[in-house]
Amino acid sequence: MASALPLADPAPLDGLLPVSVLDGVADRHFGVYLHVPFCRVRCGYCDFNTYVSEELRGAKRSDYAGQAIEEMHLADGVMRQAALPERQAATVFFGGGTPTMLPVTDLAAMLDAVRTTWGIAPGAEVTTEANPDSVDAAYLLALADAGFTRVSFGMQSAVPRVLATLERTHDPERVPLVVEWARQAGLGVSLDLIYGTPGETMDDWRASLEHAIRQAPDHISAYSLIIEDGTKLARQIRRGEVHAPDEDLQADFYELADELLTAAGYEWYEVSNWARPGGHASRHNLAYWQGHDWWGVGPGAHSHIGGVRWWNVKHPAAYAERIRDGHSPALGREVLDDETRGVERVLLLTRIRDGLKIADLEPASRTAVAGLIGDGLVDGTSALGGSIVLTLRGRLLADAVVRTLLGY
Amino acid sequence: MSPIASKALEPASTDPAFIRNFCIIAHIDHGKSTLADRMLSITGVVSDRNMRAQYLDRMDIERERGITIKSQAVRMPWALDGQNYALNMIDTPGHVDFTYEVSRSLAACEGALLLVDAAQGIEAQTLANLYLALDNDLTIIPVLNKIDLPAAEPDKYARELASLIGGKPEDVLRVSGKTGFGVEALLDRLTELVPAPVGDPDAAARAMIFDSVYDSYRGVITYVRMIDGHLAPRERIQMMSTRATHEILEIGVSSPEPTPSKGLGVGEVGYLITGVKDVRLSKVGDTVTTALRPATVALAGYTEPLPMVFSGLYPIDGSDYPALRDALDKLKLSDASLVYEPETSVALGFGFRCGFLGLLHLEIITERLEREFNLDLIATAPSVIYEVTTDDKRTVTVTNPSEFPGGKIASVREPMVKAAILAPKDFVGVIMELCQDRRGTLLGMEYLGEDRVEIRYNMPLAEIVFDFFDNLKSKTAGYASLDYEPIGDQEADLVKVDILLQGEQVDAFSTIVHRDKAYDYGVLMTGRLRKLIPRQQFEVPIQAAIGAKIIARESISAIRKDVLAKCYGGDISRKRKLLEKQKEGKKRMKMVGRVEVPQEAFIAALSGDVEKKAK
Repeated sequence: MASALPLADPAPLDGLLPVSVLDGVADRHFGVYLHVPFCRVRCGYCDFNTYVSEELRGAKRSDYAGQAIEEMHLADGVMRQAALPERQAATVFFGGGTPTMLPVTDLAAMLDAVRTTWGIAPGAEVTTEANPDSVDAAYLLALADAGFTRVSFGMQSAVPRVLATLERTHDPERVPLVVEWARQAGLGVSLDLIYGTPGETMDDWRASLEHAIRQAPDHISAYSLIIEDGTKLARQIRRGEVHAPDEDLQADFYELADELLTAAGYEWYEVSNWARPGGHASRHNLAYWQGHDWWGVGPGAHSHIGGVRWWNVKHPAAYAERIRDGHSPALGREVLDDETRGVERVLLLTRIRDGLKIADLEPASRTAVAGLIGDGLVDGTSALGGSIVLTLRGRLLADAVVRTLLGY
Repeated sequence: MSPIASKALEPASTDPAFIRNFCIIAHIDHGKSTLADRMLSITGVVSDRNMRAQYLDRMDIERERGITIKSQAVRMPWALDGQNYALNMIDTPGHVDFTYEVSRSLAACEGALLLVDAAQGIEAQTLANLYLALDNDLTIIPVLNKIDLPAAEPDKYARELASLIGGKPEDVLRVSGKTGFGVEALLDRLTELVPAPVGDPDAAARAMIFDSVYDSYRGVITYVRMIDGHLAPRERIQMMSTRATHEILEIGVSSPEPTPSKGLGVGEVGYLITGVKDVRLSKVGDTVTTALRPATVALAGYTEPLPMVFSGLYPIDGSDYPALRDALDKLKLSDASLVYEPETSVALGFGFRCGFLGLLHLEIITERLEREFNLDLIATAPSVIYEVTTDDKRTVTVTNPSEFPGGKIASVREPMVKAAILAPKDFVGVIMELCQDRRGTLLGMEYLGEDRVEIRYNMPLAEIVFDFFDNLKSKTAGYASLDYEPIGDQEADLVKVDILLQGEQVDAFSTIVHRDKAYDYGVLMTGRLRKLIPRQQFEVPIQAAIGAKIIARESISAIRKDVLAKCYGGDISRKRKLLEKQKEGKKRMKMVGRVEVPQEAFIAALSGDVEKKAK
């Protein structure tokens, strides 16, 4: 979760949605995101909405599942009042924080609540994030029994020095173990990597990629480290204790990732995500970029239903209070107009492979495509076939491509 | 000691024998305005209650900088040995940029107070104006001011003054404008020594305009010194340079508020109002006569003000262009020496090419535009007037590097000045070094008093307008003072250096420099721009060139990564806000070919902020 909330309207206490959310609903899937705002320690680079024990100000981890389930009931009521059709969850994603800080029974209970509230569609993708040192074989087996289909491990790096800079506590040798346990439990596996950590070399990054590839997961995410204001790492950089990651080196890292992952048989489907062919792309992740509907449950969680975006209060204690009082935990929201939705479509779909159709673009944007092909940012063959597909260079300059398409 | 005059003499009927016209020659902060204020209060024309500090300097900028830009005249009554007199104090601008105005003010007087700070001694500009005053045959009364200061060394500087103008150190008056000490004696002395004006009361009227001020309520107020004849209200007057005629709506004297009178006679100093709205119709130095009985010979010394320094002024916010145009139109009403014409620049958008009398004039105008009209401006590097002759014998006058002809150049002539620098002797070495570096030729050096030296150089004006004074001040701990006067032009090995971004010329950065300095300029500017221009999707070469020859180059490597890794758990709003912010940023971008350059980058490169920040 982002630390800076966007400026927007305050959200209504009853959480009610405008009728406009019904427009085009038949074309949108429904998903559920469950935020678990707890961590054992806070990592130096992290500005996500998560809390270690001493920061909880009276909010209890043990009460959390119950509060999340309460919000699902409220969500159900709001969606019914808006006369949205009943839709089963096509994807469910538990993110954090560290969802696996909670007892597996809590995760199972929350997933059950999704099932009883909306139903879970046949073949649904149900994922949880996990730290390699926060789960064991039994935990993973229990997740599979509860209905989870996929687990995404925060591996980050295979190099102890890099993990230490990130303040990640796990031993890289544990990764093969947890991957094997997950696989034995019948769960799909994704590994999350971070590149561009201060002090990380090309060789370090190559070692991490190779280590990840050796585990043969279904899916690999590789995110460049972003130094967020307010984090410990940002302070260390400001004081000159560590050097900010160099943007050109980050580009080199990205290019290496694409090279090694492609060679190992992975295909990129979103700028920072690669998957083995045959339906291993994360459908929940794609839903964000494709503009589907999802309800985000939990402190600081973001939701989108039919052109309305909102986000919950961030602190678990404030969240608990809203839920206790029977109020919507939403803090602010935006009701997007048609123009903004058009901008978002370009902004979001450009990042995914084959996401943006040239036929859907405004005439001015269509004209700009030729220049993007000429500059080597958009694949020419795909463009002739009607789709915007970014080249490797185009993926690294995706934000610039978006601005060009929008005429910004 | 004289009391205040019992009865002030009536304007229009004062015998010239009892008129004394004088001015004060002084350096910027030597206390001229304070002394003038003190005279106003001692002669009773301004009551202590109404005394606004430095009454005569009206404009805010003048008051803040402690300098006088526009002069005015005040009539003060005084009595000596039982005789009433009218003293006309004519305030003169104190800066070299306004030499012409100074010379006209001096021409309106018979005497001058040479006012020098008793703690600092005479400064270069004062010396320059003193030469002008002597040249006009004015009677000089040397005065040391600020003798109340603990640091004052009146004996030392009295000797310095005496050695400059002749006479004995004891004849140098000692006053304090601040406490009033010695001011009455000073008024007595000037009444005694300054000659009475001489003129023919029966001749056709001739009055010399020594100042012309625009007032938003009354239109142009013209300050004149009557030489011959007489002017009266309702009379039709004629400007001898243009033959334009106007009716006098009001005539009078300042004391110090405008006070209408029955007219002005020989030797008197006062003002005219005709209702015209533009100071260009009432030019300093011009002769006023009457339409009914015009004089045949104009008074000598009139010249059109000629701009010496040119610079492009651009609004930082392009939408302020019409406001800038209106502001210049308004300033023009009160400043006949300001000239401008529209100009466009790739880098800076729409603006005006403006001509100024000198650097201070440029600074004052930009400051007034910013302050009085609330405009944010950027000025391009000041340029002087070059005469460029091409191989095919065509001669082009160049006031803007963009006018520099292409092709083969036979010769370039540049304006030269004679510069005089006054400084304590310890700084002679650094000053000579600086002047040599600025292509100066040493003319001579003279000791003034015990420890101060006047150093004279011939130098190109272009070298002076480009931060010479700042450099001089910083190298001499602020002690040096500078004066310069034009002495014609001279051939020099000058070239135009262009700055190219990806092969496209960026007009605002073209400059005309001596060939020996072209490389330095090229390295400086390409280096600045490399630091200031953000990376683009392609490599951007930045080159400095003389014609087709590249003399320096830098390059900005292509940006390789411009993508946010993720969307933070569905926080699309944040990502979109970032995009909208980038869109706003784009509005301030200027396109040079395909290169997007933030306007701030151009501004920082022009103003040299890059090096300043690095310090």
